[in-house]
Amino acid sequence: MASKRIAVVEQGRCVACGACENVCPRKAIGVYKGCYARVDLSLCVGCGKCGQTCPAGCIRLQERTEAPV
Amino acid sequence: MRRKRWYDYLWIWSIVYFALGFFNILFAWLGMIDFLLPLAFAAFGGNKFFCNHLCGRGQLFQKLGGELKCSRNKPSPRWFSAKWFRYGFLVFFLVMFGNMVFQTYLVAVGAESLREAIKLFWTFRIPWGWTYTAGTVSPWIAQFSFGFYSLMLTSLLIGLIVMVLYRPRSWCTFCPMGTMTQSICKIKNH
Repeated sequence: MASKRIAVVEQGRCVACGACENVCPRKAIGVYKGCYARVDLSLCVGCGKCGQTCPAGCIRLQERTEAPV
Repeated sequence: MRRKRWYDYLWIWSIVYFALGFFNILFAWLGMIDFLLPLAFAAFGGNKFFCNHLCGRGQLFQKLGGELKCSRNKPSPRWFSAKWFRYGFLVFFLVMFGNMVFQTYLVAVGAESLREAIKLFWTFRIPWGWTYTAGTVSPWIAQFSFGFYSLMLTSLLIGLIVMVLYRPRSWCTFCPMGTMTQSICKIKNH
């Protein structure tokens, strides 16, 4: 069952440092081609660790809107 | 949890690098690795593998600020990650780097003599002569070492300050290398 919440990255402010990637317990977030962090919605459980680590503070949790995968 | 890899211990390299500079300034040249590798990854691989996994400084900040809790862990001010500040800081840094290379050139052609000191925050000159015996190498090689180590130590100190004030890796938001490599990746992967 999909989690109620997911992490959302504000890509315009992401510096692609990879801090989120290194704390994610599920490999659900990762830096995409050195440009910005991207969330794999099927893996994200909305724990919020990435958001607490992100130095730019550009990751927040949001209610999952689409139908569960 | 993620399996530990050999490169998860590169924070030790960061400590070793700065320690070596207290004994022999010529080791400062090793810092060129941290300068060229990220650019190589970005230019040839189109990624930020260096920032993401190999940066000893980022790991050190994460260790000190995260595991050892030497950080208030408050989000950085928004302007830290604003484009104008990131590019502005990059330009400032490159100008200072250029100035350092120019000083090296002046020493190389004999217009200036070697200064056995490091300059912190581009302002405060600190005698550092015990790390170098005159005549060991060409004066310009030593001059570059002092200049480069100054740059590395200054940026480390800025990084430590923002680590304590904000989040462990706050330095990464405006790290000149990070801005440069991200720009290269964006151009390459557009």
